[in-house]
Order: sequence, then C-alpha cells, then structure tokens
Amino acid sequence: MRPFEEEFELLNDTLQEMGALVAHSVHRSVLSLVEKNEDYAHQVIRDESRIDQMEIQIDDLAASLIVREQPVARDMRLVVAAIKISTDLERMGDLAVHIAERALSLMTQPPLPETVNFGELSSLAESMVLSSLDSFVKRDAQAARGVLEQDDRVDRHRNAIQHQLTQLMQKDPSTVTRAIDYLIVARKLERIGDHATNIAEDVIFLAQGVDVRRPREAQVA
Amino acid sequence: MGTSPARITPNASPTKMPTTHTENQSQVQTATPKMRASNINFYYGSFKALHDVSLDFAANKVTALIGPSGCGKSTFLRNLNRINETLRDTRIEGEITLDGENILDKDVTEIRRRIGMVFQRPNPFPKSIFENIIYGPRINGLLKNRSAAEVVEQSLRRAALWDEVKDKLHDSAYAISGGQQQRLCIARALAVDPEVLLLDEPCSALDPIATAKIEDLLVSLKHQCTIVIVTHNMQQAARVADTTGFFLLGKLIEHDKTDVIFKNPAKKETEDYITGRFG
Ligand SMILES: Nc1ncnc2c1ncn2[C@@H]1O[C@H](COP(=O)(O)OP(=O)(O)OP(=O)(O)O)[C@@H](O)[C@H]1O
Ligand SMILES: [Mg+2]
Repeated sequence: MRPFEEEFELLNDTLQEMGALVAHSVHRSVLSLVEKNEDYAHQVIRDESRIDQMEIQIDDLAASLIVREQPVARDMRLVVAAIKISTDLERMGDLAVHIAERALSLMTQPPLPETVNFGELSSLAESMVLSSLDSFVKRDAQAARGVLEQDDRVDRHRNAIQHQLTQLMQKDPSTVTRAIDYLIVARKLERIGDHATNIAEDVIFLAQGVDVRRPREAQVA
Repeated sequence: MGTSPARITPNASPTKMPTTHTENQSQVQTATPKMRASNINFYYGSFKALHDVSLDFAANKVTALIGPSGCGKSTFLRNLNRINETLRDTRIEGEITLDGENILDKDVTEIRRRIGMVFQRPNPFPKSIFENIIYGPRINGLLKNRSAAEVVEQSLRRAALWDEVKDKLHDSAYAISGGQQQRLCIARALAVDPEVLLLDEPCSALDPIATAKIEDLLVSLKHQCTIVIVTHNMQQAARVADTTGFFLLGKLIEHDKTDVIFKNPAKKETEDYITGRFG
C-alpha cells in the first residue's frame, strides 16, 4: 500500500471509531432515560469531548488529504463524505448529551401519571444510527436507502408522543415541567434520526457517486 | 430530506468491473462532431501503438486526453493533424473526419492550417515575435485582405499576450519568458485561424501562474475553435476540459464528461489511474 492509501484508510477507520462511540452515546442516553440510570447519563456527558476531538481529527486529516493528494473519484468521495459524516456524528453526540441531561432532570421528579411510550421512537432512532453506520462500513447503498425510508416513521412516532403530552399538560398543568422534558427528548430523538438520514445520503454518494438530495434531472444536466 | 429511491441511477455500481474493451469506450457521442476518429489503429513499424480508438470531438469544447506515459496520447494527437505521416515506416488504419470529411483524402497543408498544434516545449522560430506570428499567414496566403500588423495584434490579443509584448514586437522571440513563449506559440497557431487546436502537454514546462494563464486562454479560445489537450496534470484536465478520455496501453478505456471521470468513473482502470493506485 502506498503511504497516501494508508491515510485514506486511517480516515475511514477514525470515522468508524467515531461512529461506534456516538452510537454508544445514543444508546446510553436512551438507557439513562428508560432505566433512570445516572451512570449512563454521566458517561454520555463525559464522552462528548472525545467525540468533539474526533471530529476535529477527522477534519484535519481530510483537509491535509485534500491539500496533498487532491483526491478524485472514490478518494474524493470519501473525503467529502467524511467531513459531512463527522459533522452529523458530532451533532448526534450533542443530542445524546441533551437527552442524558433531560433524563437526569426527570430522575429528580415524580413519574408522569400515565406512561409515555418512548420504546418505539428510541429503538427506531437507534436502529437508524446503527444501520447508517453499518451501511458506511460496508459501503452498502441499498442498506443506506433503507435508512432513508425509516425517517417518516420517526416523525410519526414523535408526533404521537407530542400529541399525548400536550393533552396531558392541558388536563393536568402540574405535569408541565416533566412533560416538557419528555417533549424535548422526543424532539432530540427525531433529530438523531435526521442526522442518521444525512449519513445514509452521504453513504449513497460515497458508494455510487449519486447525490440523492438532488432531483434526477439536475444531476444529468 | 424528501428522498425517493427512484431517483437513483440503476447503473451505478459500487464495485467497478474490469474493462472488456469490446463495448464502445466513449460515453459522449456527439450528433455532429467537429472531428471524429473512428477505429484508429496505428503502427510504428511492426509495433501497434493504437488499438481501435474511436473518439468524437464536439465543436467548441475542450477534450482532455490523459493516461500513463507511453499509452499513446501523443501518437493519437499527432494523427489528428497528420504529423505522424512525416515519420518513416508508420501506418494508420481507420478514419479521421473533420466536418464529416476524411482528413486523409485532403491536402495536408490545408489540414495543418485548419488543425493547429502546440507542443510541450515552447518552440518559437529564432526570429522576432512579429516574424513568428506572420510566418503562417504569409505562407498560407492569408494577408490579402488584412495587414500584417493587424494579424499580429489580433493573434497576440487572442493569446492574451499583446499587452506584455506590444512594445517589443521586433525583439527576438527568445527574449521573453517560457510562459510567454508558449503563449506566442499559441498565438502563432491561432494566426492562421485554425478550427481545431491540438496541444500536447503545453504547460509541463511552465510555473503555476503561467499555467493558469494558458488555462484561462484555452477556456476563452473554445468559443473560436475546438480544443484537444494532452495533459499529465489531472487538475488541469478537471479545470479546463468539458470531456476527458483515458488511454491505457494504446486503448481508449473511457471517455466521458470530465466531471464524471473525476467524481465517479465507470471503469476500474480509470479510477486506479486517477487516484494514483495504478500498476
Ligand atoms: N517515433 C516512434 N517510433 C517508434 N515508437 C514510438 C515512436 N513514438 C512513440 N512510440 C511508442 O508508441 C507508444 C506511445 O507513445 P506516445 O509518445 O504516443 O505516448 P504518450 O502517451 O504520449 O506518452 P507521454 O505521456 O510519455 O508523452 C510508446 O510505446 C512509444 O514508445
Ligand atoms: Mg506524449
């Protein structure tokens, strides 16, 4: 392998490592919420700075590869995708922190009078994170397209939760503080799904050179 | 996000197949190309340097030819204005047309006027700047309706050199810089109003600033003529060319829009070469 090939490998590996770390954080943030586990929440908050550092590391590596190798074709697509994916991962890390913070806040409050089912929304968001990362590792555009299809379902679950919580707050204003925490969590989980969708789009670009965000006609022109 | 799988091109495959060379190598077919090379085989003695190369050159476009050293880029380019004919013991098969007419059936002087050539090293004549420019128009009888001074000024302006040399037109052509000499050679080629301009690595002896000037020039010149450039500089091809052809071992592997070649080439050989993983 030529030296520059090793650096493209390193970029790829660092991105995978960052992805694994972020997937962990998202998972732990959800666990901290549903299991009311303080340790998990603190781990998520602690890992944030490591995630931030990895984003910087990836951007530096990508920038120096652009300067030195002036990458084209699949190398170019990796560098472009890496810069974008690392940004999405960093945002996901932040969102996991926000969820963990809400989870800590909720631990200090009494439970809501009725159960709000976060199971489906959180497992959908988590599965989008994992599938998008897996599609990156395997350069699997087919799998990435599967992630794009899940985005609508996340929106639907979030709307249902929002509806339930709004009604609850109207019925019983004493629940407002807690309900708002839960609303924020639902919103953050939805945003995590959005970032997973972005990553899936980048994987399709990486694997096939196709920009799915653009209408077909514009690509041909 | 609003994405739909239907928008994804079906032919894009993550793993590229090695080329079979049986299919047509060019993705860019032009209805009425300015020039067309069809099934060109070329031999230096018994050595076959070009294998069944077919390539269209669209009018008023820049076509770049890239590929590793010895792959036949210069050989192909030099066939386009029949310079290879001057070599002994060479043979060409196939057809090359200019505006639909076979250039091999035409008067060679006429062809060389209509299809100009600029070489790797600037090669001005050991004469004044003025004499370098006026030589071609004079021997081609193009000074009947226009004065020599007019032709010289226009040619130098078209080559973006006029302002730099207008006060020393009668100085030796060797008294200007390499980058200026190369633009002088382009001006000289333009002086006879060619329809096609062939350039063989015209910037390889120039610094980045002189190179940028030539690249700007090429982009502006394509409104007046059709341009074919051989280059080893990938970024140069990406910057100036509308379409790019990749040659390997005397074969045209792939010809497509420059953007496609550098973002997502169809052939593994092309990708390996342009990403530096060749060999
Ligand atoms: N005058 C010649 N006589 C015999 N063989 C030649 C001659 N000129 C070129 N060749 C051979 O033909 C092949 C193609 O050469 P050509 O000069 O066209 O390559 P190229 O792609 O322009 O390479 P480079 O990038 O180094 O300029 C090479 O194998 C070369 O050795
Ligand atoms: Mg050559």
